[in-house]
Amino acid sequence: MPRLHASAGFGALLALVLIITFGAWRYDGFISEYNVLSVLRYNSMFALVGLGMCFVIMTGGIDLSVGSVAAMSSVVAAYLSPYGLVAGLAGGLVAGLAAGIINGFIISKMKILPFIATLATMLAASGVALLLSNQQSVPASYETNFMALGQGDFLAHAPEWVTGDDAGLLGGLIRILFGFPIPAWIALIAYLVGSLILNRTPFGRHVLAVGGGEEASRLMGLPTDRTIFFVYVMSGFLAGMAGVILAAQFGAGQPIEGVGWELFAIASVVVGGTLLTGGKGSVGATLVGTLLLGILFTVLNFENGMGWISLSAYWQSVLRGAFLLVVVILQSRLTRSAAAA
Amino acid sequence: MSSALENAPAPVPGSVGTPPRTGVASMLSRGHVGTLAALIALLIFNFLFTPHFATMQTLSVNLTQVCVIVIVGVGMTMVIATGGIDLSVGALMAIAGAFAPQIFQGLLFPVPNLYVGIALGIILPVILAGCFGLFNGWLVANFRVQPIIATLILFIAGRGIAQVWTNGDLQVFKVPEFQQIAIGRVFGVPFQVWIMLALVLISAWALRRTVYGRQVLAVGGNEQAAWLAGIPVRRVKMLVYVISGVCSGIAGLIVIAMNSAADANLIGMGIELDVIAAVAVGGTLLTGGRATIIGTLLGALIIQLVRYTLLANGVPDAAALIVKAGLIVLAVWLQRQDRA
Repeated sequence: MPRLHASAGFGALLALVLIITFGAWRYDGFISEYNVLSVLRYNSMFALVGLGMCFVIMTGGIDLSVGSVAAMSSVVAAYLSPYGLVAGLAGGLVAGLAAGIINGFIISKMKILPFIATLATMLAASGVALLLSNQQSVPASYETNFMALGQGDFLAHAPEWVTGDDAGLLGGLIRILFGFPIPAWIALIAYLVGSLILNRTPFGRHVLAVGGGEEASRLMGLPTDRTIFFVYVMSGFLAGMAGVILAAQFGAGQPIEGVGWELFAIASVVVGGTLLTGGKGSVGATLVGTLLLGILFTVLNFENGMGWISLSAYWQSVLRGAFLLVVVILQSRLTRSAAAA
Repeated sequence: MSSALENAPAPVPGSVGTPPRTGVASMLSRGHVGTLAALIALLIFNFLFTPHFATMQTLSVNLTQVCVIVIVGVGMTMVIATGGIDLSVGALMAIAGAFAPQIFQGLLFPVPNLYVGIALGIILPVILAGCFGLFNGWLVANFRVQPIIATLILFIAGRGIAQVWTNGDLQVFKVPEFQQIAIGRVFGVPFQVWIMLALVLISAWALRRTVYGRQVLAVGGNEQAAWLAGIPVRRVKMLVYVISGVCSGIAGLIVIAMNSAADANLIGMGIELDVIAAVAVGGTLLTGGRATIIGTLLGALIIQLVRYTLLANGVPDAAALIVKAGLIVLAVWLQRQDRA
């Protein structure tokens, strides 16, 4: 069975490599520093949300509230941004954490289906966001260094010999490292930690065990309720982080952003090959899935820029849907052939 | 399995048990008591405290706002009865709503006269929505894709199809004959309310009294057992998604007829949440096997009334969202306590 999820994750990686190669071959400026960095900056939010979703889905659950939780956190973070980076960050994270705790409580203690529980918190979180913001976007402060969370990089801290014109190849590579956007660093670190948690901690093993069979895990004496509780807390926390980045990247708390994020996150998890029935999954493949879906959109923009065709932005959703369809059918085939073998 | 048995139709004559109920009584089972009580309590509260509540206008506003949710809810209840879910309803409404004006205005193909155009403009979009429903059902039944994911595909792509087709433009039209399906009145009641009532009664009857209805509940109660009992599980599942698609198509037409305009970006946006909430509050078991269409009607009325009550008493719409969330959790939690 591990062969199955390895192959699905590998398929996604292959598709990602192919699409990047295609883009680099077809479009000028596709692998330019500007484009690469803006893709990373923008998709870091979806990557964070996708990571939380990945853990939730591995337990066999689902979290529909991530988008509106991110919106709520972005509003809270924007309000606190005048008090500095730490205040804004902490506020957004606490808002996300609170939503996650409520989700976890409703699901693990009240035993309500994850799907319906998170649907309810989705409504509630967007209600809170709208109430707090008075239905308007909340400008974040440019006075403090809060914006660095969304737009900044470490270029200012780079040694002089890598930023100069005569930096050479090595210097250039190091320069890219320093120019790597801060939100992308946050996402990267989150994925590393996530991967460690999944593969190296008891909690990670419990997540997979609960997803594989909740009743069996309970009978084996695993702390199933606690495991389920914490995956939702984690998902809320990561959605909160995404919300902070959202506020910092666009300079405002956005109470009506985040619509459809949950579905985008689910799609990236599925594209990454994580089984929706739980019990199996890969953190890295989710990252690949997020990038794949994000880059599809970039490719579409570039294709429009070429002027041969003019696909409106509406095609984006059609293509994403078609893509999801292909993946879902492939996954269903794979699952069945694995079950037959 | 026990849940399927609870739903058993009239007991065998001569056997001990509750006597078979007929007519409205059979449709309002014991499970509705709580929902009905909540609805009545809300009504009493409003009569006492909300100004101008007991007017025809209030009734009319509330009924028209609830209509679309109930019509989509009929299909959704059937889908949920099999243990599934349909997220694509809003997108299918957009597809039907975007195509209809082009047909009855003769933009897609020449129509001989207005009435043929309107007939086609009603029938074809509904069939189209049904076909998309069939696609959902095909994924669920043949590929065993989880319903939430299978319908996620059209949730994402369906609205895109409608937007691409219309280029995202607002289509304004003035065809009063077509708009009768929403705003025309029969005995003083908007025609869409009649459509809603007809759909509710037919499907409530079908779910309780027809072989197909029993099969739907059996599949939702225990798919394996249903399969072993010789029920064509695949066909049963596929058909509920078609029904849901058709209901969404009808709802999409009503929305554009009400607005005398079709906007693919907005038709049915976010309606899946309202509909699922109505189904949950109405007492349909979200895991399948027990379903009540009348309950969905009551659930939708409750949610609408709560919203209206809050708005009429000066509570902002955003706060109403939070109340709705609490209501959903409470309803489902009470359902659990009931079963335990």
